[in-house]
Amino acid sequence: MTIGFHQKDFLLAVEGLTVSFDGFKAVNDLSFYVDENEIRVIIGPNGAGKTTVLDLICGKTEATSGSIRFRGQELTRMTENQIVEAGVGRKFQTPSIYDDLTVFENLEISYPRGRSVVGALAFRRDAAVRERVEAIAEMIFLKDRLDINADLLSHGQKQWLEIGMLLIQEPALLMLDEPVAGMSVSERIKTAELLKRIIKNHTVLVIEHDMKFVEDIAHKVTVLHQGQILSEGKMEKVKADPKVIEVYLGH
Amino acid sequence: MTDNPRFLSRGELLAMAVLALLLVVILPLALDIFRLNLVAKYLTYAFVAIGLVLCWGNGGILSLGQGVFFGLGGYCMAMFLKLEASSVENTKIQSTPGIPDFMDWNQLTALPFFWQPFHSLVFTIVAILVVPALFAFIIGAAMFKRRVGGVYFAIITQAVAAILTILIIGQQGYTGGINGITDLRTLKGWDIRTDGAKFILYFVEVVLLFGCILAAQFIRRSKLGRILVAMREKEDRVRFSGYNVANFKIFAFCAAAVFAAVGGAMFTLEVGFMSPSFVGIVPSIEMVIYTAVGGRLSIFGAIYGTLLVNWAKTSFSETFPELWLFGLGALFIAVVLAFPNGLAGIWRDHVQARLGRLLSRLRAGSTKTGWAARPGAGSVADGAAAE
Amino acid sequence: MFGDYSLGDLGAIFVMQAFAGLILFSVFVLMALGLAIIFGQMGVINMAHGEFMILGAYVTWLTSIVFQQYLPGLYAGYFFIAMALAFLAAGGLGMLVEWGLIRHLYRRPLDTLLATWGLSLMLQQAYRSVFGAREKGVELPPWMMGSKQITDTIEVQINGLFVMALTVLITSAVAYIIFRSRWGRQVRAVVQNRIMAGAVGINTEKVDRYTFGLGCGIAGVAGSAFTMIGSTGPTSGQLYIVDTFLVVVFGGAASLIGTIASAFTISQAQSTLEFFLSGSMAKVLTLLAIVGILMLRPQGLFALKIRK
Repeated sequence: MTIGFHQKDFLLAVEGLTVSFDGFKAVNDLSFYVDENEIRVIIGPNGAGKTTVLDLICGKTEATSGSIRFRGQELTRMTENQIVEAGVGRKFQTPSIYDDLTVFENLEISYPRGRSVVGALAFRRDAAVRERVEAIAEMIFLKDRLDINADLLSHGQKQWLEIGMLLIQEPALLMLDEPVAGMSVSERIKTAELLKRIIKNHTVLVIEHDMKFVEDIAHKVTVLHQGQILSEGKMEKVKADPKVIEVYLGH
Repeated sequence: MTDNPRFLSRGELLAMAVLALLLVVILPLALDIFRLNLVAKYLTYAFVAIGLVLCWGNGGILSLGQGVFFGLGGYCMAMFLKLEASSVENTKIQSTPGIPDFMDWNQLTALPFFWQPFHSLVFTIVAILVVPALFAFIIGAAMFKRRVGGVYFAIITQAVAAILTILIIGQQGYTGGINGITDLRTLKGWDIRTDGAKFILYFVEVVLLFGCILAAQFIRRSKLGRILVAMREKEDRVRFSGYNVANFKIFAFCAAAVFAAVGGAMFTLEVGFMSPSFVGIVPSIEMVIYTAVGGRLSIFGAIYGTLLVNWAKTSFSETFPELWLFGLGALFIAVVLAFPNGLAGIWRDHVQARLGRLLSRLRAGSTKTGWAARPGAGSVADGAAAE
Repeated sequence: MFGDYSLGDLGAIFVMQAFAGLILFSVFVLMALGLAIIFGQMGVINMAHGEFMILGAYVTWLTSIVFQQYLPGLYAGYFFIAMALAFLAAGGLGMLVEWGLIRHLYRRPLDTLLATWGLSLMLQQAYRSVFGAREKGVELPPWMMGSKQITDTIEVQINGLFVMALTVLITSAVAYIIFRSRWGRQVRAVVQNRIMAGAVGINTEKVDRYTFGLGCGIAGVAGSAFTMIGSTGPTSGQLYIVDTFLVVVFGGAASLIGTIASAFTISQAQSTLEFFLSGSMAKVLTLLAIVGILMLRPQGLFALKIRK
C-alpha cells in the first residue's frame, strides 16, 4: 500500500475530516496525526469543534467526509462498540457514570470481558476481575468507596470514576474531554497527578482549557478555531503564534 | 459485596418462600375452586409483569404492546385446543366437518395452512415460546438497531398492538374474529373444564411462574442485569464501554415477550378461550400498570401488584362498575406521581426499614448489618428486590 | 383489485375517496396539531388527548341543544359559538391538568405517558357518568346539510367542505401563533433551552401552562369538527389517539409542516385503500406502512439534523 505508507507510524491519522449539521460545518477539512505514546492536547475557543472531533473519532457523530485511521483500521465505517474494541476509550465532558450501580459495578462493567449478550450472562466475577478493579480503584483514589452507590460520590470523584472506567478498558488511545472541569482546587491537583501517572504508558488526546495544566503535560498542542486547525506544534511555538493569541489566548 | 452477587439474597429467599406459601398452601386451602381459578387467571398476567420488570424496570424499555405476546402465546395454545375440539366427530353437523366452527361459519372449506402444524402438541409448545420471541426479535432488531427508543418505542409497540387486534378481528375466518377462539374442551383427551383439571392447572401454572421468577432472577443477577440498569442510566456510556447496546435491548425485549407468551398460553388453558380483547392497546397498558403498582424494579412486587389490581378490578367492577375506571385511572396517576417504585418501594422504604430497626434493637447489636437494616444499600440491580 | 372498474369509474372513485380522505385529514390535522404542539414543543406524551377532543365534541353537542331549546332562530350560527366554547373548555381543562399533573413529570416522559393514560380513563368514565354511554349526534344546521354535485358521478358533502375550510383556518392561525407572535417565540425559546429562557426573564412555567392549554384547546376544536362527521361517545377519542400519535411521529415531532404532510399522506392512503379492501385491512396496511417507514427513518419525515 503506497498511499498509506506514510501513516503507518501514526497511531491515529485524521485526514480531511468534515462534518456538517444542516450546512454548518462544525469540523472542516481537518487533518492531524497522533504518534504512539504521544500526549496531544486540543485547545481552542468555545464552539471550535473540539468535542465534535472526539465525537467523530469515537463514532458518536457520523462524519460527512474524510477518514479516521487508527492502527490501520478505518474508524468511520465502524460502530461505537467496534471502535472501543479496536482500542479507543472516551471520557465525556460531564461525568458519565451509572448512578444506580456501586463503584465496583461501574468499573466491572467496563472490564473488557463478556461484552456479548451470552458473554454477559455467563460472566463471573473471578479473582482476575476483582484484582483489576481494586488496582484501578486504588489508582483513582476510590479504594475505600467500592461498595457505595456512585450517585453518592462528589463531582470530582465521579470524574475519577469515569477515568477509571476508561483505564480498565485498557485502551490504546485515551480521549479525555476537559477532565478537570468543575473540580475543586484540591481535586484538581490530585487529578493532575493521576493524569500524569496515566499518560506515562498511554497515548492520550485531551481537550483542556487550563493552560497551566496543558503546559505541564502536552507533547504537542493543536489549536482549533471554527472547525479548522489554527496552529499546531510545541506549546512554546503555539503560544507565540499571533493568530492563536488573537482568537484564544489573548483574553 | 465484591463477591459474585448471590443468586438469591436472604431477603429474596424469604420473599420466595412467602410467595410459595401463599400460592401453594394458603390460597388453595382458603379459596373455592371458582375463586382459585380467578387467582390463576390473575397470575397469568404476573408472567407479563415479570417480563416488564426486566425490560422496563431494569432496562428502561417501556413496551405498550405486551398484550401482543400474551396473545400470541394464548392463540397458539387456543389453536391446538380448538383443533382437538373440532374433530370430525364433534363437528359432523357442519358443512365442512373437521374444521373449527367459526371457519365453517365463514364459508371456509379447508383448514388454512398455518393451522395445520397445530395438530401437534410438541409443535404448539415450541411455537408458544418461539413465535413471540421471533416476533419480538424482529420488532426489537428493527427499532433498537435504528436507535428508536423511549416514547417512540412505546408508541410503536402500541401501534403494533392495534394492528394485531384489527387484523385478528378483521380476519374472522382464520382467527375467530372478535369472539376469539372459544369452546375449548380437552387437552390430549383430558377435559380442562372440570374443577379437578382447573385445580391441577393452577399448580402447573404456579410451577411455571416460579420457573420464570428464577429465570428472570438469573438474568438480573448476571452482569447482563447490571448492564441493563447501566443502559437505562447512561446508554452512551455503555456503548462507549464496548457493548452493542441494541443486542442487549433486543434480548430483554425477547425475554419479556417469552414470559408474556407463557402467561398467555396458561390463560387459554385456565379460562378456556382466547380473544382479541387480551391483545390490544387497553389490556397491554393495563399490564404495565400492574407492574407499576407492584414496583417496576421488583419481581415479587410486580406479582403482588398484579394480584392486587386484578382482585380490586374484579371486586370493584362487580359492586361499583362505575367507580372502577375512576379507581384505575387514579391508581395510574397516584403510582406515577407519588410512588414510582410501587408497593415494593413502599415496603422497602417504610415497612422494612422499621422492621429492620426493630430487629436490630431486639438483637441489641449482635449483628450490625442484617439484611433488612439497610434499605437503599447496594445497587438497584442488587438490592431493590430485597423484600 | 382494479380489474372490475372502468377507467372513468376509477377516476370518480379516486376523487370521491380523496374527498372522504380529506375529511379524515381534517380531523387528523386538528388532533395532531394539538398533539404536535404538546409533544413537539414540550416533549410530553399526552395520552388523554383524545378525551380533550371528545370534551370539545360534548361541549358542541351541549351548545347545539341549548340553541335548539332557547335560540332556535340563531341555530344556523351555533357552531361558531360552540367552537369557541369547546376551545375554552378543553384549553381550560388542559391548563388545570398541566398544573396538577404534567408539571411534576417533565423529566420523566414515560411516566407522563402512563399518568395521562390514567387521566384518560378517568375522563372517559366521567363522560359516561355525565352524558351516558350512548353516542350523541349533533343535528346539523340546514345550510350544512346536503351535498354538492360536481359531475354526474362525483358529489361532495357541504359539511365536509366546511370542516376543511375550518382546518385550513385553524392551521394558519396556529402557524402564525407559533412562528410569528411574541408568545410563540417564547415557546420556542423555552423548548430549546429552558434554563436559559428562564434566565432571560421568560416565565417558563406560564409558557408551559399556556402551551399545554393551547394544544388541548385545539383538540377541543377538533372535537367540534368531529361532531360534523361522526357521533360522540365516551370512548370515541381513544380510537384516534394511536393514529394521531403516528401522524405526529411520522411527520417528525417538532415540525408543523411535517405533521400536516403526514396527516395528509396517512388519511389519503387509508381512505383510498378502504374502497378496495375492507376497512380493517386498509387500516392494518396503512399502520404497517407507517411503522415500516418509521423503522427506516425514525426521526420522521421532516426533522432537523442537529448535534446532540
